[in-house]
Amino acid sequence: MQQLSDYRNRGSKPTKTGFGEGLLEAGTRDHRVICLGADITTSVGCNFFAEAFPKRFISLGIAEQNCIGVAAGLALEGKIPVFSTYGVFAALRAADQIRVSVCYNDLHVVIGGAHAGVSVGPDGATHQALEDIAMMRVLPGMTVLSPCDATQAKLATVAAIEQCRGPVYIRFGREAMPDFTTTEMGVEPGKSQLLLAGKDLTIIATGHLVWEALEAAKILEQEGIGARVINMHTIKPVDADAIILAAKETGYIITAEEHQVTGGLGSAVAEVVVQNFPVPMKMIGMPDHFGESGEPRQLMKKYGLTAECIAEAGRRKK
Amino acid sequence: MPATKTADPQQLRHIAAEIRKSVVTSLAEAGSGHLGGSLGLSDIFTALYFSALSHQPDNPTWPGRDRLILSIGHVAPVLYATLAHAGYFPVEELTTLRKLGSRLQGHPGRDHGLPGIELSAGSLGQGLSVAVGMALAAKLDNKSHRIYTIHGDGELQEGSIWESAMAASHHNLDNLIAIVDRNGVQIDGFTEDVMKLEPLGAKWESFGWRVLHCDGNNMEHLLETLSRASESINKPTVIIAKTVMGKGIRDIEGDYRWHGKVPTKEQVPGFLEQIDSGQ
Repeated sequence: MQQLSDYRNRGSKPTKTGFGEGLLEAGTRDHRVICLGADITTSVGCNFFAEAFPKRFISLGIAEQNCIGVAAGLALEGKIPVFSTYGVFAALRAADQIRVSVCYNDLHVVIGGAHAGVSVGPDGATHQALEDIAMMRVLPGMTVLSPCDATQAKLATVAAIEQCRGPVYIRFGREAMPDFTTTEMGVEPGKSQLLLAGKDLTIIATGHLVWEALEAAKILEQEGIGARVINMHTIKPVDADAIILAAKETGYIITAEEHQVTGGLGSAVAEVVVQNFPVPMKMIGMPDHFGESGEPRQLMKKYGLTAECIAEAGRRKK
Repeated sequence: MPATKTADPQQLRHIAAEIRKSVVTSLAEAGSGHLGGSLGLSDIFTALYFSALSHQPDNPTWPGRDRLILSIGHVAPVLYATLAHAGYFPVEELTTLRKLGSRLQGHPGRDHGLPGIELSAGSLGQGLSVAVGMALAAKLDNKSHRIYTIHGDGELQEGSIWESAMAASHHNLDNLIAIVDRNGVQIDGFTEDVMKLEPLGAKWESFGWRVLHCDGNNMEHLLETLSRASESINKPTVIIAKTVMGKGIRDIEGDYRWHGKVPTKEQVPGFLEQIDSGQ
């Protein structure tokens, strides 16, 4: 099993870059992959694909509802459309189009949600996607992916395009964040990754907060608490087996996500826990509040989304 | 095998009457649904499925077929009746409309497996975007089939329609033909009172579309307009088809209260008679 020392930041990189690299890789292999643009192509990681395959990059302007509908039409004709924009606009503005034109029609459309979480920073509340997981995971048939770093974002994007069927929502952030997973670790949608095998409590984290969870485990280790850390890169379908096992073996679960504390990863985990093996839980996330402008680190600290906050929740086990 | 097609308006009028009668009986059996718009569109659906569209009822997913997207899912009864009479499935199945386990959902649902349904739809304002995607796919693959869409006039109040209208002309989708059912009424009353649409033709024109007007209840006029629409001019085409809600049944023609109403079983014989005598 891996040790804490096995995870180190090999250099910070935004997960959106991983998404862009994954899209390019899958698009190189499969000519059915079509990328739709809503004006913010570079900002959401689609520039690599757009430059490499201009004929398969379709510009549709700032019109998210239409983009989702167009994606549905392309999918009906056997294409594999990928549409990426800021998560707030993808998941919320075009929610009804995603529900009816994509999900109800059970179409393989890959939706990229950029600017996930408060770590978007200075742009402020309007552009910080904090409700997208909740919106997307409630839709029948939708797969929701939330990779933890750039390396994993690339693998998850390729998996979303090539392995998943039906609609997929994949969220990623803008800020350069520690890149600590390896290509060898792979990503299997629906199967979480056990990063640390502690027995005292479990931290289940997703996205940027997986690194924070590892840092929290480091703090707790120094205090004699052995934390299990699970990377829940797939929120839906959630890995129920790993959650139930963690509940049984560690008796206390902390969830951590850069998302509203209601409706996201914490809720998904709690739904499994309460129905199978109820144990105490602590959910770390945005406390039913909008974000604001500030530096990413300042905001994560202000809203309790750091390793120290996760560790503090861990100490309560005692 | 292609559908039985004809260019004879008299024969098409006869088919339209049969479709109207099926609309009335299936809705009466269902006990809920939208009669007015379904009747008003019967001539348009007849002209499409029995004359203009290239399709094969016994091979509904034939790749070379023209696609028809019904954006206003609430007039599903006229789509179902037309598909049944065209040979996609038995006419008897129309009586299962809106019932538990039926392939004929209140609004079309592909998940229920009814042949000939291109898109599950019913939330207004979405069909044109999907059609744009299909038309783009056809362009990418150098395919020559066309994409037709059916819209309500009230539906054009949805902003997403105009997002897709912009995209269709930006990408020169001359393989896309949108048909607007301009009956002038919606649930709350006249469209021009609820939310003004005029000058409607000028709106589409300014979005870069070729605009054709026609009487959507006049078979000769419909055939001629559909034929003109299929002449490519490097831009998408919209047909603004003036129709009468409830067309074919004198008692309810033009009455917006019949938008979302169905006949009682007692009313059915009289309605069917009016359809027959009106031919």
